[in-house]
Amino acid sequence: MTQSMTDAAVGPGAASGQGVEVRLEDLRREYGPVIALDGLSLTMAPGEMVALLGPSGCGKTSALRLVAGLEEADAGRIVVGGHDVTSLSANKRGMGMVFQAYSLFPHMTARQNVAFGLRLRGVKDSDRKRRAGDMLELVGLSAQADRFAHQMSGGQQQRVALARALAIQPQVLLLDEPLSALDAKVRVQLRDEIRRIQLEVGTTTLFVTHDQEEALAIADRVGVMRAGRLEQLASPTDVYARPASAFVAEFVGLTNKISGPVQGGRVQVLGTSVAIVGTAVPDGPATAMVRPEAIVLTTDDGAGGDAPGELGTVLAVSFLGAISRITITLPNGGSVIAQLPTSVAAEFPAGSSVRVSVRPDPVPVAPADSPS
Amino acid sequence: MAAAAQSAAAGSPDISTAVDARPRKGGRRLPLAWLGALPFLAYVGIFLILPTGIVVVGAFVGPKGGVTLENVKTIFQGFVFDSFVKSIELSAASSIIGAVFGALLAYAIVSGHPDSTLRRIVTSACGVLAQFGGVTLAFAFIATIGGEGLITVFFADHGIDIGSNVWLFELPGLTLVYSYFQIPLMVLVFLPALDGIKPQWREATDTLGGTGWHYWRHVAAPILWPSFLGAALLLFANAFSAYATVAALVSQGGIIVPLQIANALTSETGAVDAGLGKALALGMVVIVALVMTGYALLQRKSAKWQR
Repeated sequence: MTQSMTDAAVGPGAASGQGVEVRLEDLRREYGPVIALDGLSLTMAPGEMVALLGPSGCGKTSALRLVAGLEEADAGRIVVGGHDVTSLSANKRGMGMVFQAYSLFPHMTARQNVAFGLRLRGVKDSDRKRRAGDMLELVGLSAQADRFAHQMSGGQQQRVALARALAIQPQVLLLDEPLSALDAKVRVQLRDEIRRIQLEVGTTTLFVTHDQEEALAIADRVGVMRAGRLEQLASPTDVYARPASAFVAEFVGLTNKISGPVQGGRVQVLGTSVAIVGTAVPDGPATAMVRPEAIVLTTDDGAGGDAPGELGTVLAVSFLGAISRITITLPNGGSVIAQLPTSVAAEFPAGSSVRVSVRPDPVPVAPADSPS
Repeated sequence: MAAAAQSAAAGSPDISTAVDARPRKGGRRLPLAWLGALPFLAYVGIFLILPTGIVVVGAFVGPKGGVTLENVKTIFQGFVFDSFVKSIELSAASSIIGAVFGALLAYAIVSGHPDSTLRRIVTSACGVLAQFGGVTLAFAFIATIGGEGLITVFFADHGIDIGSNVWLFELPGLTLVYSYFQIPLMVLVFLPALDGIKPQWREATDTLGGTGWHYWRHVAAPILWPSFLGAALLLFANAFSAYATVAALVSQGGIIVPLQIANALTSETGAVDAGLGKALALGMVVIVALVMTGYALLQRKSAKWQR
């Protein structure tokens, strides 16, 4: 890839293969009575990709738009590469952005779209063309350089949008649910492509999505947001395996909510005493969040004995390819979902009697009367 | 392969029997879907194609029935040609004014909330006013700025002669009157184009380092330009074919082509010249056809961009 642009052409602090640190400090944003961001703080390391994940209205897009400069913060600071950019307008921040909706300029070809930011910066025509060509090659669309938006598929349009955002060598790359308008297969392909390109250019990237699989698959760290605040910011593995709260456990991945008493910092789940992660929970009734893969099934041989767990009946088996999900009803009327390799799941056909227990991995727990 | 061949061979007689068993009477069944379009096609045939055919043929028929080019030659001569020039001037002036002010009004509308009451009121009013022509419109202007109009008299009482009893019935006055329905029509025609402008284009320009000027110069204006020009052409055609308003305002002479046609077909002095009337109509058909072709081409281009 050609790196021929001068610093003057791309603005101060422009990334040249190296990302910059981004700090969001106690950001607040309100829309009338609605609090979109309630003191959001987040530090992104240079070159890191952070995904903000959360339900609709949790403030993730507001956070992204504040970083882009498309909206103003009511309070707090945004520091990029050591410079406070909070009061800078969007066109002076040097950030590349890919939008959720297709946003290519329809009267320009793919090449012209990619070169547009460079044109605004007064980059020479020959340099512009070369750089646009490089960027299109990076996203694998050299052959479509002379096509207009209406001549390209949704996935291709988003690739061009990515190339356009990267062409100006932005300090920070902002991705606002760029895959949500695409069909499932293209989404997975482009998701991996975005990660490959981000690693190649090394630009610090903030990626907003409501798709947990997307966030967990490509981000260095995932920030789970709720009501304008970060509920947890951690690696995808930690967010999944060690959720900081019942909300995170329930929002990310599939979770069984199983009632059980808490006693001395441990919770009793299906006959097994399990450690509690996250904040301490007072003794008393509570709800444990248990992943389906942490559910252990054994064939009920009728012997019973001292084996932990409760007896249940297999209600249904869902085949999902390499794995299968088994729904088991318990004597108390509740149900749990277990996830097993399909070859193992074959031992538990619908209607069969099974013993259900859990692996003794730590789980997040919510007091019985609290909302998750 | 062998099994497939056997199966195909074995099946052949059955297929042939099945085909033979179908009733031959009437041959292929006619598709019935086109019947739905029959009323429309009949309407277009009777009220558009047939009259156009009569006009085209009649333009080349002399008073005694023979083929002649005299009718067509006449429209390039003297006051008849002047009426074409006046018609084009009036249509151009009112369409430019209508396009500019209508576009500004449409932009003001889209700047507000898409579901606002004001937008609904303004667009509804435009829907009504765009069709507000003829005697009613002429009377409205005569009653306000005509020789004895409310405003004219008010100014006259204060010693100011606005002279509208002259200019109202000439090109400037007619342009003003036409603008009354041209501006609302422009709002209706141009609004969808403005609605098609995505806010992300502005935001993309911003994040790429552009200003408001850059956005309008390089993005919004080039995208809107075909729609704007197409709408202006539609306004031109609308004004060019208008008759009732100017007929109510100007009772004598043939300042514009539609009045010339009326004079040629309904002369009170008995000088009816149907051939000239049809030649004038042919001239109008040609001009409107050219304008509408331009409109269609521009619409096709802008529609592609605003999907």
